[in-house]
Amino acid sequence: MDLLLNLTVNGLATGMLIFLLAAGLTLIFGLMSVLNFAHGGLFAWGAFSGVFFYGVTGSFLISVIGAVLTGIVLGFITEKLIIKPVYGNHVQQILITLGFMLVLSEMLKVVFGPNQIAAKTPDYLSGSWEAGGVILIKYRLFIILVGLLVFAVVQFILKRTKIGLIVRAGVLNKEMVQALGIDINKVFLYVFMAGAALAALAGALMAPYSGVVYAEMGLEFAILAFIVVVIGGMGSFPGSLLAAILVGLAGSYMAYFVPSLSLAVNMILMAVVLIFRPQGLFTAKEA
Amino acid sequence: MSRLLTLENVHTHIGQYHILQGVSLTAEEGEVTVLLGRNGAGKTTTLRTIMGLNPATSGTIHYGGQDITKLPTFSIANGGIGYVPEDQAVFTTLTVEENLKVAMRKEDEAAMARQDYVLTLFPDLKKFWKKEGGHLSGGQKQMLAMARAFVNDNRLMLIDEPSKGLAPIVIESVMEAIREMKKQTTIILVEQNFSMAAGVGDTYTLIDDGETVQSGRMEDLVRDEELKRTYLGIA
Repeated sequence: MDLLLNLTVNGLATGMLIFLLAAGLTLIFGLMSVLNFAHGGLFAWGAFSGVFFYGVTGSFLISVIGAVLTGIVLGFITEKLIIKPVYGNHVQQILITLGFMLVLSEMLKVVFGPNQIAAKTPDYLSGSWEAGGVILIKYRLFIILVGLLVFAVVQFILKRTKIGLIVRAGVLNKEMVQALGIDINKVFLYVFMAGAALAALAGALMAPYSGVVYAEMGLEFAILAFIVVVIGGMGSFPGSLLAAILVGLAGSYMAYFVPSLSLAVNMILMAVVLIFRPQGLFTAKEA
Repeated sequence: MSRLLTLENVHTHIGQYHILQGVSLTAEEGEVTVLLGRNGAGKTTTLRTIMGLNPATSGTIHYGGQDITKLPTFSIANGGIGYVPEDQAVFTTLTVEENLKVAMRKEDEAAMARQDYVLTLFPDLKKFWKKEGGHLSGGQKQMLAMARAFVNDNRLMLIDEPSKGLAPIVIESVMEAIREMKKQTTIILVEQNFSMAAGVGDTYTLIDDGETVQSGRMEDLVRDEELKRTYLGIA
């Protein structure tokens, strides 16, 4: 029982990190119909800038804020230079964002060097608690809390604010939103920057979790995020949360019970969901 | 009476297709101008071109004295033009309340008073206030689409085939709402149902094969059997 609880907490923590990454991706896809393969690059930049700001300031909070700001700035640049010219063309989007993903990864090596860098966990989030024989690692609980908090905040924005209402309307009918006097391109830009900020936040939180950051980590985790978006339903925010938790838990259990299947389990999960629900667990319209 | 909207020799391409091939029309303030023509004549494209959704490739569109030909759609809408598309395009998973809220450019006291007034025109919407747009009947969706465009103090309303697919009793309610809206705003109406068009229209513009064929007062068209037979197929 203790083992199961430990595996569950581990799986939830990993799931929440993937959710933070997938959340931005699904928002961008849902509203803008943009397949952004550069998302992993923004995640990696979040991880590196988090480590950098932590090293410079010694404050974990400032490092996370710095990483999020880096994500916002990179999101602005990416939308303006890379995404805007290819709106409405999925093939071009895949090609140019994959290319930009590689550029972002290589730029990390130019700025931070080619080797992986160690990432520290702040003292107050290091260590663990023991409750009834179950060891609860503080940092993993912290990640779960942040993931839930981000979900609640984004859901609040989407459901209770005017900008959220516009985003939800834009997912349903972009043309009509414009005909109501709303500058949808500006909304696209804000959503893209928010998605990039979430990716960078995921990167900054992932760094202490994995203990190191490396330039290729973006591509690695972007694949997981895409699996989550497909399982959850393209464009569905709650779908991404559920799918990320499923992927996190499946990975955690499989790594312990059937290690040989731990890498394949995500693909198997995606295949099973697509066979029975090709549209994913949720659709954007149900979100 | 002053001229609110003028289209001069407007051409519009959609992809490789040359849809509008010289549309000219005027809309006088306070009047209802009806666009008439057969299916595929270019009436809907004319409204979409005015809104900038299918921008004109040549020709000019002047609204309130300003050239809006090249303006983006949101600027055109913010200039005071409301649009009710042919397929209603209500936001299906937003409630009636949210559909109106997303459209409201302001949410001050005056805007809320206007919303209350609009709801008196479409009382059904109040009954289904918390119901999602996708769960409304065809007539209710049409009323929601019209209320959404009318909830702002627009100077001009573009309404595309409001009677399409609706039961006769619902059409009468829609007509009544248009007559009420006419007291406050200028309307350009696309309508296939000639008797309905004749009932509300002050002027008409006849479009055929993407080109303006004739414009004039509605009462003249009602009397012109030859024109109706040739371009509208009305015997």
